Amino acid sequence: MKARVLITLKTGVLDPQGKAVQKALGTLGFDGVDNVRQGKVIEIDLTETDETAAYAKVSNMCDKLLANTVIENYQIELLPDGT
Amino acid sequence: MNAHDTRNNPEPLVDADLAADHGLSPDEYQKVLDLIGRTPSFTELGIFSAMWNEHCSYKSSKKWLKTLPTTGKRVVLGPGENAGVVDIDDGQVVVFKMESHNHPSFIEPYQGAATGIGGILRDVFTMGARPIAAMNALRFGAVDHPKTRHLVAGVVAGIGGYGNSFGVPNVGGEVNFHKRYNGNILVNAFAAGLADADKIFLSKPTGVGLPVVYLGAKTGRDGIHGATMASAEFDDSIEEKRPTVQVGDPFTEKCLLEACMELMASGAVIAIQDMGAAGLTCSAVEMGAKGNLGIRLDLDNVPCREDAMTAYEMMLSESQERMLMVLDPTLENQARAIFEKWDLDFAIVGETTDDLRFRVFRDGVEVADLPIKDLGDEAPEYDRPWTMPVPRPALEHNDFADTDIAASLLTLIGSPDLASRRWVWEQYDHLIQGNTIVRPGSDAAIVRIAGHEKKALAFSSDVTPRYCDADPFEGGKQAVAECWRNLTASGATPLAITDNLNFGNPEKPEIMGTFVRAIQGIGEACKILDFPVVSGNVSLYNETNNEAILPTPTIAGVGLISDLRKIVPSGFTNISDIVLLVGAPDTWGTHLGQSLYLREIHSREDGPPPPVDLEQEKQAGDLVRSLIADGLVNAVHDCSDGGLGVTLAEMAIQSGIGAAITPPQTLSPVAAFFGEDQGRYVMTARLEDRAELWDRCEKAGVAIEEIGSTIAGELKLGNADAIFVKELQERHEAWFPQFMNM
Amino acid sequence: MKTAILVFPGTNRERDAADAIESVSGIKPVIVWHQETEIPDVDLIILPGGFSFGDYLRVGAIAARSPIIDALHRKADTGVTVLGICNGFQILTETGLLPGSLIRNRDLDFICRDINLRVVNNSTRFSQSYALDQIIRFPVAHHDGNYFADAETLRMVEDNDQVVFRYCDPAGEINATGNPNGSVNNIAGMTNKAGNVMGLMPHPENLIDQLLGGIDGRALFESLLGRAA
Repeated sequence: MKARVLITLKTGVLDPQGKAVQKALGTLGFDGVDNVRQGKVIEIDLTETDETAAYAKVSNMCDKLLANTVIENYQIELLPDGT
Repeated sequence: MNAHDTRNNPEPLVDADLAADHGLSPDEYQKVLDLIGRTPSFTELGIFSAMWNEHCSYKSSKKWLKTLPTTGKRVVLGPGENAGVVDIDDGQVVVFKMESHNHPSFIEPYQGAATGIGGILRDVFTMGARPIAAMNALRFGAVDHPKTRHLVAGVVAGIGGYGNSFGVPNVGGEVNFHKRYNGNILVNAFAAGLADADKIFLSKPTGVGLPVVYLGAKTGRDGIHGATMASAEFDDSIEEKRPTVQVGDPFTEKCLLEACMELMASGAVIAIQDMGAAGLTCSAVEMGAKGNLGIRLDLDNVPCREDAMTAYEMMLSESQERMLMVLDPTLENQARAIFEKWDLDFAIVGETTDDLRFRVFRDGVEVADLPIKDLGDEAPEYDRPWTMPVPRPALEHNDFADTDIAASLLTLIGSPDLASRRWVWEQYDHLIQGNTIVRPGSDAAIVRIAGHEKKALAFSSDVTPRYCDADPFEGGKQAVAECWRNLTASGATPLAITDNLNFGNPEKPEIMGTFVRAIQGIGEACKILDFPVVSGNVSLYNETNNEAILPTPTIAGVGLISDLRKIVPSGFTNISDIVLLVGAPDTWGTHLGQSLYLREIHSREDGPPPPVDLEQEKQAGDLVRSLIADGLVNAVHDCSDGGLGVTLAEMAIQSGIGAAITPPQTLSPVAAFFGEDQGRYVMTARLEDRAELWDRCEKAGVAIEEIGSTIAGELKLGNADAIFVKELQERHEAWFPQFMNM
Repeated sequence: MKTAILVFPGTNRERDAADAIESVSGIKPVIVWHQETEIPDVDLIILPGGFSFGDYLRVGAIAARSPIIDALHRKADTGVTVLGICNGFQILTETGLLPGSLIRNRDLDFICRDINLRVVNNSTRFSQSYALDQIIRFPVAHHDGNYFADAETLRMVEDNDQVVFRYCDPAGEINATGNPNGSVNNIAGMTNKAGNVMGLMPHPENLIDQLLGGIDGRALFESLLGRAA
């Protein structure tokens, strides 16, 4: 199956890139944009077929490498094959 | 599905129409048919189109390039290899080249510029030289053009993103703006590397049955037909061309550098060639042809990062960070281990043969079988018709109203082409490697040779496109002379140049005329100044919707400094020094045609450019160099864009020290301060050295004039109001960041 | 002073660091490849600047998971001096040897220029050759030098006097004008709690020679030499 990891900055961590995007949106005339936070998405193809095991594995990957939990949060989404 | 996408499809039928889609004219296609005596396969057509386009074959320019002086007592290798090689004493050589990445940078500025840097760095380290300096000459459209800011931001970020990560100091270059670049920006990237003279690696192999090895990153579909794109004019369908842009990976390039350095030290390399434009095709054909050998490639062994790539796609891919090598088979294991250590691909993809054929196999099927030498030797070569450029009429006397000198100077020093480029070079790591003696923003950048306390190299990149447009011959001379002068002012002995010739469509006789005359001007200057061309690149078809760029023959030069302790800065150094104008044939300035003053203050781009007297140039430069070496002057700056007034302002801005300058009553102050007469230097010296300086100038037959003295805090030009140096500094620094943050 | 320099693929200021060490101590450092699992017996371990593993994923993240890092932890735990410069600082925060994290510069651009620093703690082994409150000039060359730590961590760092260098303006004032990258509390260089591990964004190794424009970086290496002697 495929795992999609969404990594975002924790609340309170300055996000200069998000700020720049917000400013650019304003310049382009999009009003009503209160806040922009930029994150990243990592897609992983897994041979594991059991959801619980897959989730545990990806969580471990996040803690060990994919996210820096000093500044980042992560969410894991599991997608069965064929989506 | 477009014609190039052949996945799971039979190959398209090759005919004159498909050949035309590949940029081959009917005559050129007929030549292919005559040469091989049959219809080429689809892959073969791709190979011909890659080898015979303007970018790889130099078919329009070759005739004229041959006229340039390329030899000299320090030239070890001139044009023809990946980069030029010049002797710098002590058994060391400097290896350098400049190359354009104009079209890709217009389409995708970040990746276009980044891969331009990547390509030029590979050209240098392929020869066994570790890169020690980079420069970039950039030309953008008008500052009020809607795309300009986006392109500047992208190109600068791309250059920084690649060079900073790779780890080469980016020490200089040029940034200009002009509406004639609105549809075609120029990104000319220069790199120089250092090597031992006896450890230079070439692309010419010897020996039959030797393994041909693929090194570096994997092959994808990126950049297919990049070289063809670089040889075509733009039109409004430009957006559709985006998929051919390659993506750079500076991390892989850095690993490739280190792996190549280890590989070369191991003795395993017989010949090596960078995969640049038209990747595998050009590199394999060039190696075979140079070594008088055939090459057989088995594409099944080429490392790919995409599925089901066809032979056609592999042969034309411009994926970055790849090289091709002919290997000493007895050292295969050692060589392979080095690449495994750096986590790079190492694959034997073919062998050298004795049949002078270029044979390519895919899935056991022969997809190409071509005469290897004819691919290069029989490439079309044109003697394109050209017309003599029409000279611009001289300016009428009193053609424009005089303006206030102080106000004009403040406008000029903060104008787009003269304002500080700090915003640009602070985004480039110009200090890495710990040898940058003179940082960007001076006449020439100076980089110490690691391991030598006193020896250094100076680098400068120059051309004044508005001069070239008005008179390509004088403009060509001036580009070379200014580069030579900048190196001289920095205390260096000019050694050699690389030229990056950017022009419009050579099929138009008036464009071809500017190209021919510029080369003639460059050639003459190189001859007289003993400043040979050792490498270079031609970029033609820089036109959009029929409008060509300004003719832009960028000249990047290298100079040698034997004793760093003797160099002097380009800014003032002390208060109460005498300020001297040296080398001016007419003593002070007179020539306002094509000046920045005329353009920025009066919005006119009229008149002929200032002429360059090369004999006088040489006398003055040789003298200036000797005065620096003998410690008789303590600051030297050459007079160029903006004339004497701007030169003095820059010397003040650099140092915080001002000057009081008195022009002769007989001369118009505007001409004196803003005329762009060539061959001049401003210097400062101690009062007590006055007599000796006059003596030296008289003996050398070079004009010298005392024009004032340095003072604290303000610049006073004749009767004009004094300007605080601080105000000059603020004006000079303000424009670029303001423009970019608008 | 025996020195080991850890090198990762993408490291690019290892020669600069080696030259500085050799110039100050007269001894050539040993280079240790990231795939080694032992670090030789040395007085100083340097993690130099660069873009280890392309700085892909996050700056310093992949390097911090290299085989050599276990050995680095063991050395640091026994009190060996560890100096991370620029990318080295980023790697040290990713290994957990230093608190906090380094994120994209406030203005998003790569910055290469001289900046001013104030020595706010000269009782560390890294700064003992400087005077307290001395204003010095180092170059920076980074894209991700914006130091961040949460309020709790920051209070601990400050309470323990772990900050050694702060960005300041030319007059020595620690303010926003003097802060090139947005670092919290203008932190440019700091140690761990024990004081043997330092992370520093600016490059002292590039300013140790008058010919190159200054020698303010020299005293940092002399501080370490003083300790090793």
